[in-house]
Amino acid sequence: MKWKKSLAILLSGGLAASIFLAGCGSSKSDGNEGKSGGKVIKIATQTPLSGGSATIGEAIKLGAQMKLDEEKQKFKDLGFDLQLVPYDDQSDPKKGVANAQLIGADKAILAVVGHFNSGVAIPSSEVYEKYAIPMVSPANSAVEVTTRGLKTVNRIVARDDFQGPAGAEFAVNTLKAKKIFIIQDKTAYGTGLAEAFKKAAESKGAEILGFEGITVGEKDFNGVLNQVASKKPDLVYFGGIYAEGGLIIKQAREKGIKVPILGGDGMDASTLVEIAGEAVKDTYITSLAGDSSKSEEGKKFIESYKAKFNKNTESYSVYGYDTMGVVLKGIEDAIKANNNKMPTRAQVRDAVRGVKDYQGVLTKVSFDENGDNNYAKVFIYSFKEAKYPAELVGEVSK
Amino acid sequence: MLTEMIQNIPQVLIDGLTLGAVYAVIAIGYTMVYGILELINFAHGEIFMTGAFIGTAMLIVLTGIGWVSSVPTIIMLIVVLLFTAILTGLLGMGIERVAYRPLRNMPRLIPLITAIGVSFLLQDIVRFIAELKKGNYIVTGPSLFNSQLSIKASSISSIFTDATIKQSFVIVLIAAVLMMIGLDFFVNRTKWGMAMRAVAQDRDTAALMTINVNKVISITFFVGSALGGATGVLFAVQYGTIDPYIGFILGLKAFTAAVLGGIGNIRGAMFGGLLLGLLEMFASANLTLLSHGVFGAEYKDVFAFIILILVLLFKPEGLFGKPVTEKV
Repeated sequence: MKWKKSLAILLSGGLAASIFLAGCGSSKSDGNEGKSGGKVIKIATQTPLSGGSATIGEAIKLGAQMKLDEEKQKFKDLGFDLQLVPYDDQSDPKKGVANAQLIGADKAILAVVGHFNSGVAIPSSEVYEKYAIPMVSPANSAVEVTTRGLKTVNRIVARDDFQGPAGAEFAVNTLKAKKIFIIQDKTAYGTGLAEAFKKAAESKGAEILGFEGITVGEKDFNGVLNQVASKKPDLVYFGGIYAEGGLIIKQAREKGIKVPILGGDGMDASTLVEIAGEAVKDTYITSLAGDSSKSEEGKKFIESYKAKFNKNTESYSVYGYDTMGVVLKGIEDAIKANNNKMPTRAQVRDAVRGVKDYQGVLTKVSFDENGDNNYAKVFIYSFKEAKYPAELVGEVSK
Repeated sequence: MLTEMIQNIPQVLIDGLTLGAVYAVIAIGYTMVYGILELINFAHGEIFMTGAFIGTAMLIVLTGIGWVSSVPTIIMLIVVLLFTAILTGLLGMGIERVAYRPLRNMPRLIPLITAIGVSFLLQDIVRFIAELKKGNYIVTGPSLFNSQLSIKASSISSIFTDATIKQSFVIVLIAAVLMMIGLDFFVNRTKWGMAMRAVAQDRDTAALMTINVNKVISITFFVGSALGGATGVLFAVQYGTIDPYIGFILGLKAFTAAVLGGIGNIRGAMFGGLLLGLLEMFASANLTLLSHGVFGAEYKDVFAFIILILVLLFKPEGLFGKPVTEKV
């Protein structure tokens, strides 16, 4: 009995002591923070870091991280400590919304860089709107992302309803395609893109020989390609993602279909070249991401990215970088407008929307009343040899 | 319309046979296990997928070693096929030992759920390893972009002379046919094959006749899984790119093929697989023509499965199956 009693005393004593110590510890750190004035501003990224689109999601995150690291000192001088919080949305709307709730609950997060998938961005942005957290998207092209009248949602890329027509213009006017065969992957993205392309191509006078669907996840597309081979089009358009796109290109070339193949930005990834190999030649893609290797600044970006992460840039790396730039510009404006004090989320939201003529590495950014970028462009690339990135052969402005 | 369909037929036959051969060999794995245990081994599709990954990894490593390039590619492929078959065979045996044997006398639903669990487990283990090694779980084998590899090099000539046949198609078909003939011989002409058939017919009586039932079941799993794994390698050679989820759709279709041919019947599974592959390819090439553009190629699975339903309506035991007699 006595033993037990003394043990209990000892334990409770220990507990009290640890609480006391812990209390001391936390108050101490609070004091430290107060002294340096380093209030924490967190910026979240939400991109697919696992799953099929992980290559691109990782690139966006790293691009954003790089810009954040560069600006850290500037914000420290203003009295704020910048932090990046990466979230993995797994290209899954459910996961994206769950993460958005977490982001909303973390009061230090003032802005979000993301998403990659429009299907994830749309439901997640409803949550951001509730918490007034501004979101700037580096990659979402679905029209509905910005047309729902949300104050928080912005994007720096062009919209799908522009990408399809731009592709059609290139196909009909530059590649002189008269007869076009369209394949799409039955997803919201692929079908939407293919349909926008079809409408624009028809109005430009091209004949559509077929509009066929494939199933995502399959590996054998010979059936559809047999149809293509027998119809003999001058161009094949594919609305879909690189995993299927690469196999379609490869199997088409094996069947002796030598005509150009045109696709959307979903095929803009190094994995496309890895899958299709040599067959990728004579493939064209319309992409919302520009070629950063052309300009002086872009070259510098690619070099320092490589030096920092020991990885080659993907097309969306630079967009992650510029998106973070816009976000930080907005936050900086909000801080200044608030007499160098911590701005509220609503202030940051309005400041981000109010960003005018921000010059990023690749694109200039000015948001219109919907949050679309006035300077967005669609870029057209051509794979002249089996290497990534492809060569820029044209741009179509809004 | 008819002329267009006839023009297509040689190509449809070739592509359909390739896909059908893959379905057929996987279907054998389902049918063998079902025949002997009345268990639908849903993990079999994942064993196929694991085989594809093991084979691709070996091909990548082997092509990386200098002296291997002097060895004819076909020999390298045979070696890879054999090694993969042994490894996946052992994997199948291990799965049976760990996940199915302790549950053998339980109600049939329980091993079925375990099988689904094992299949998820394999998917994610392979995905984890692939991501760890390559940073991306979509893996592309070397024969694709490295034209120095002789699988590709030997196929160049046939691609140039006749653009529609790939050399790997011939390899896949020959290997699949050899495997099927070998299995048929094994089951019908050898002692172990006889033991297998005996256990399938009546496990308890077979045990009374001094047949080691556990061993026979292990061997069944070994053979079925080895064939599945080797098919995975063939698949990777034919299509180039693999991911950890290929086993699901293919496994489902191979299972369908096994049912179509009459589950439990090995020759039926072979026939069912080939038939399903041909039907699918025929549908995706000609459905638009047949329906005047109402249904596109995306309805190929619907077409194939409608045929399946029709067959089962009129012959529920499958094309080659015998009507089930109650075991006493």
